[in-house]
Amino acid sequence: MTRFFAIWSDERVETIIARLLQTGVLASAAVVTLGGILFLVRHGLSVPHYSVFTGEPSGLRSVSGIFTGVLTLQGRYVIQLGLFILLATPVARVAFAVVAFAFERDRLYVGVSLIVLAVLVYSLAWGA
Amino acid sequence: MNILEMTLLVWLGSVMAGFVGALTGLGGGIIVTPLLTLAFGVDIRYAIGATLISVIATSSGAAAAYVKEGFSNIRIGMFLEIATTIGAVTGASLAAHVPTSWIAVLFGLVLIHSAYASSRPPLPDSGEDGPDRMATLLRMDSSFPTPAGPRSYRVRAVPAGFSLMFVAGAASGLLGIGSGALKVIAMDRAMRLPFKVSTTTSNFMIGVTAAASAGIYLRRGYLDPALAMPVMLGVLVGSFLGARVLTEAKSQKLRFLFAIVVAVMALEMIYHGLAGRL
Repeated sequence: MTRFFAIWSDERVETIIARLLQTGVLASAAVVTLGGILFLVRHGLSVPHYSVFTGEPSGLRSVSGIFTGVLTLQGRYVIQLGLFILLATPVARVAFAVVAFAFERDRLYVGVSLIVLAVLVYSLAWGA
Repeated sequence: MNILEMTLLVWLGSVMAGFVGALTGLGGGIIVTPLLTLAFGVDIRYAIGATLISVIATSSGAAAAYVKEGFSNIRIGMFLEIATTIGAVTGASLAAHVPTSWIAVLFGLVLIHSAYASSRPPLPDSGEDGPDRMATLLRMDSSFPTPAGPRSYRVRAVPAGFSLMFVAGAASGLLGIGSGALKVIAMDRAMRLPFKVSTTTSNFMIGVTAAASAGIYLRRGYLDPALAMPVMLGVLVGSFLGARVLTEAKSQKLRFLFAIVVAVMALEMIYHGLAGRL
């Protein structure tokens, strides 16, 4: 049992975290690229309107809206899904730290990580 | 100009921004926003949303390279993230109520400061000073590898560092930047961390901080997928290339040249902001 806990050294945890982040970024970049191609094929010849701020439609603003929109294979929604994966990677990183500190039996830092996780979840779910 | 042409140009510009950002240590994000607003006429709110995304991407993408070196301090990072994430949520909430012209002026000022701070030499660390009570309580003291074996360091001024991190988080949330320069002030100047430890730990923190405000930007409709796509993919490619060049050549002259370019961009942001055109 002690040997099992011993593998959770700080360096080991950081290596796993770094790999987690890298995987998240690569997955996100792949989905964003796919969505970008779908979007450009359909809308590439239209005129852009980024100089006027209108705000995104509600479907692109919420997690549930993004998942519903992805099913229609619209490029914009697929890109937004990729961006959501990117947003989720740091959250997963903090969640992983909670578990890792728990294995290290570091109660203080389980608490610290939980506070950070709570702020992140709040901003993604309710922040406006 | 149609969307396809604009996407390609924004992608190219973002590659350059990521490249310069990695080379100067300013981070790609801080150059993308002026580029989008000044050169492409993009509304500053969309520009900030797209930039936040690129900040998360570069921070997470660079983490693997940093961890290998063994400098980052996960406890200091996590503890200070309480301050940066709460700051980021505050800043992002403020962004909806602050006029965009003010945001542009503030952005310019922070940009000038970052260019200046990145050109200053790091302070010597606290070395073998006596222990600090709060840092000991939070188990922050640690060591990092050197060719001559592990070297230990002590952390000090935790409350000052924590407060400065709140400000760095708020700037990140309000302006969509990584706030690398402000984070370095908190960790180098206040907490007296060794330079290598503060830069790598700061990189770790930037992604989490940006994610806290990006959630709010997403929910408020500031994240335009069509614009964020070329920005994110471009900055990723650019910063990857920049990091490779950086390890091969110590380009002091190049960094100075870029600092001037960044300062000019900053002045232009301030000018356009004051003129009410952004």
